[in-house]
Amino acid sequence: MNIPQNHIRNFCIIAHIDHGKSTLADRILEKTGLLTEREMQDQVLDNMDLERERGITIKSQAVRTVYRAKNGEEYIFNLIDTPGHVDFNYEVSRSLAACDGAILVVDSAQGIEAQTLANVYLALEHDLEIFPVLNKIDLPSADPDRVANEIEDVIGIEAMDAPRISAKAGTGIDDVLEEIVNRFPAPAGSADSPLKCLIFDSLYDPYKGVIVFLRVFDGSVKPGDRIHFMATGKTEEVVEVGYFGAGRFIACDELSSGMVGYITASIKELSQTRVGDTVTNADNPCAEALPGYKKVNPMVYCGVYPADTKRYPDLRDALEKLQLNDASLSFEPETSVALGFGFRCGFLGLLHLDIITERLEREYNLELVTTAPGVVYRVHKTDGEVIELTNPSNLPDSSEIDYMEEPVVSAQIMVSTEFLGSIISLCQERRGVQTGMEYMEETRVLLKYDLPLNEIIYDFFDALKSRSKGYASFDYEMKEYVRSELVKLDILINREYVDALSFIVFRDSAYERGSKMCAKLKEEIPRHLFEIPIQAAVGGRIIARETVKAVRKDVLAKCYGGDVSRKKKLLEKQKEGKKKMREIGNVQIPQKAFLSVLKLDDE
Amino acid sequence: MSRSPKRPSCRCSSWMMNDIHVYIHLPFCKKKCDYCDFLSGKYDEDTKRAYLDCILREIQYYGPLLSDRRIRSVYFGGGTPSLPDPSYISRIIKTIRDRHTLKKDAEITIEMNPGTTDERKVKEYLELGINRFSIGLQSANDDELKALGRIHDFDDFLYLYDLLRKNGASNINVDLITGIPHETFSSAKRSLETVCRMDPEHISVYSLIIEEGTPFFEKGAENLDLPDEDTESAIYGMTRRLLAEYGYGRYEISNYAKRGYECRHNLAYWDLLDYIGFGASAASRIGNRRYTNIRDVDRYIRSREPVFEEDILLDDDECMSEFIIMGLRKTSGISLDDFSSRFGRKIREVYGESIGKYEKEGLLEIKDGRLSFTERGMDVSNIVLSEFV
Repeated sequence: MNIPQNHIRNFCIIAHIDHGKSTLADRILEKTGLLTEREMQDQVLDNMDLERERGITIKSQAVRTVYRAKNGEEYIFNLIDTPGHVDFNYEVSRSLAACDGAILVVDSAQGIEAQTLANVYLALEHDLEIFPVLNKIDLPSADPDRVANEIEDVIGIEAMDAPRISAKAGTGIDDVLEEIVNRFPAPAGSADSPLKCLIFDSLYDPYKGVIVFLRVFDGSVKPGDRIHFMATGKTEEVVEVGYFGAGRFIACDELSSGMVGYITASIKELSQTRVGDTVTNADNPCAEALPGYKKVNPMVYCGVYPADTKRYPDLRDALEKLQLNDASLSFEPETSVALGFGFRCGFLGLLHLDIITERLEREYNLELVTTAPGVVYRVHKTDGEVIELTNPSNLPDSSEIDYMEEPVVSAQIMVSTEFLGSIISLCQERRGVQTGMEYMEETRVLLKYDLPLNEIIYDFFDALKSRSKGYASFDYEMKEYVRSELVKLDILINREYVDALSFIVFRDSAYERGSKMCAKLKEEIPRHLFEIPIQAAVGGRIIARETVKAVRKDVLAKCYGGDVSRKKKLLEKQKEGKKKMREIGNVQIPQKAFLSVLKLDDE
Repeated sequence: MSRSPKRPSCRCSSWMMNDIHVYIHLPFCKKKCDYCDFLSGKYDEDTKRAYLDCILREIQYYGPLLSDRRIRSVYFGGGTPSLPDPSYISRIIKTIRDRHTLKKDAEITIEMNPGTTDERKVKEYLELGINRFSIGLQSANDDELKALGRIHDFDDFLYLYDLLRKNGASNINVDLITGIPHETFSSAKRSLETVCRMDPEHISVYSLIIEEGTPFFEKGAENLDLPDEDTESAIYGMTRRLLAEYGYGRYEISNYAKRGYECRHNLAYWDLLDYIGFGASAASRIGNRRYTNIRDVDRYIRSREPVFEEDILLDDDECMSEFIIMGLRKTSGISLDDFSSRFGRKIREVYGESIGKYEKEGLLEIKDGRLSFTERGMDVSNIVLSEFV
């Protein structure tokens, strides 16, 4: 099948969460006749159950479709889906780099949100042609004129003539399709130059090995070619090339410049095909790699343990399987006195962490105990060595530490003026430094803050939502490491140090966090035969204490007569309860206690 | 339920004893109390008659099975066994005498509630050979009685108690409950002292447990004005001391008696002896078989053959566990020799680790060939016993 390069359109759809990206994608596929009604799942691009339930897209995917335009010509559309969450920012940027244009979907009731902006800036950085689409015009509260104005004012792109659509109802989709043909440029690049492709995603298939998703910028590639991965330095022979049907792979003879498709080359490990890497021909390489490649590193770490210690091997198997399709997930074995054998896992962010733990629990039927998530701290030792600290237990003795650094992000928060005060104080409580404040409209403000990552990984998003009645939106990107006064907060239960409860905290917050943790643990730890002190300590100094009183009486003084069963059942229940506890010294700690300390700011 | 022949049977089955104890459940009440979760309530006369027929039939049904057994105790529990006409009780006792061997010195107990009995009844009970009377008083404080949903006041109790004594009753138990609505440390102490001064032979002191399905449960413990945890603990400790002062020895977690007046029937439960229950919801243990009749009066009446709520054959491990769980409720605990002769193994071989641990913690002790709780151990016995289930 020979398609002239100028009849190809490679594009993506960008939007704030819930503004209708996936629904519009469905409609485009439907209208271009690629799918029959019967094949139509509700949302074709999101094919993991979990994604559908959460309403977000996790893994980027692509689909190829054929459109007969009003001018009578046939066009190939390659729609590349992008993850919509800040945790996956790098993946988003690589997906955008594979496109020439971006459809900006904006909810005509809600208007611009923080992710709208973040995505637009990202698209502009990649020199994408952008045209806006005003979605959800069927909502009673829709005000497309106001939102068009807002887009022109805030983003500075023409929006008055933007298609006004309802992706849900299927109205206005034809206009969008014509805009794609007319507004987006055909791919540049030359089929005669040496091969130069960008990897924007990959997938592990048990039969074909790794399937590499790529955009060909120059040259062409076909089965039998020897290809070279420029960042990882590996060379492989191509087994198959093809493009993306709806939910399936369709092999073809060759991929050439401007095309989006996949290759397989009997690659066993996903880590070999890094998103953002450049693929070229090993025998006729291009002069230089495409810009923008970086190795993604986990930003958030936590300990993940099986609730039932016997299921440690199951947890390991499950993590290995998940990693096959998620190279950004890292894990290594660790042991905890309190929790036994488990893994220290690294995630791109909190959402990523949530998704992985949820998948472990749901798809692999594992009950987990997780420790407080932490960021990667840089510990500068007095001997000049620098440690990247992912587990608080590994913090060297304070005498060996010169100073410590923590990661800081630059965050953008969009909030209506009504809640401005409370959001600003929230950011201040979290040690934020304001770097900017812009009025979008009279009633909406874009706040810019530099915030330490460890202040936002617990519950910042929840706090933001509750203090703005759900109206604030938030986006961030990693900025830099800065020097900070950090200490390790330890918890001692009955004078025994509980490794799984330690975490790194800003020095001035240590007392408050420590007191809250002790109070919370006091609620969770049942009375024992003896009194149990619960203490918070920094560097061996006790800064907070609570006491679980000894049990005075636990006796069944009821008349059950000859009814042995009921008596036994009560004792059995007590015994079952005991089994679910973790033993530290001679204190039984319910697993719930380990999780409860993750949510200290619930009140 | 499981009566699979594959299951190894317990040595209890070969350890057949000649004696047996009989429990009879009479679920009828004038009105059900708000905390009560036993099978009890208001029933019409037809149901009462039909129920009696079934009890008699059940007693006859088990005749052959118990042909070589001698009955050492009979216990009429409820419900309110003192509610129906005494002829009801007399027909049951007569049937037992006809079909089984009731020992001459058998302990025969009837539970009574104040406000349900007159002199005629008391006289007739005594004539029938009933020799132990258990009165459900629960509290000597009228406000507390009201809060519990009892039908009587303290004066009703005094009337009944005098009636019994006047007619020659020489073995009386009084039931009390602590941890009840509006109770304070001093009101609990007053109830106990009042009862002690009346000098019954036996006193049982139970704790109120809010059970699912009761009006108390529906209302929610937090709305009941219950004494707090510390007050309850204090009442619990005071009970033991006060009853000791008045000469009542504690022989089980909730049971206190003058010397020689320990309830033989209840001891059978704790000693894992054989007992058979007649009537809906009644529990039985015969050898290694343990079963409970259906907990529903209508279904009990309707079925021609016994229908069980639960019917289990216990294996050795389960029997040993129950021997300990039940036996340790007694202050005298369990005899190590009894254990060995019953199960053919030394108790240390089976439970050495747990016993050692709690001995060290001062909760269990072995003395004069018996394993028993220390005083502190009994206070927290659930923690210890849950390791033996």
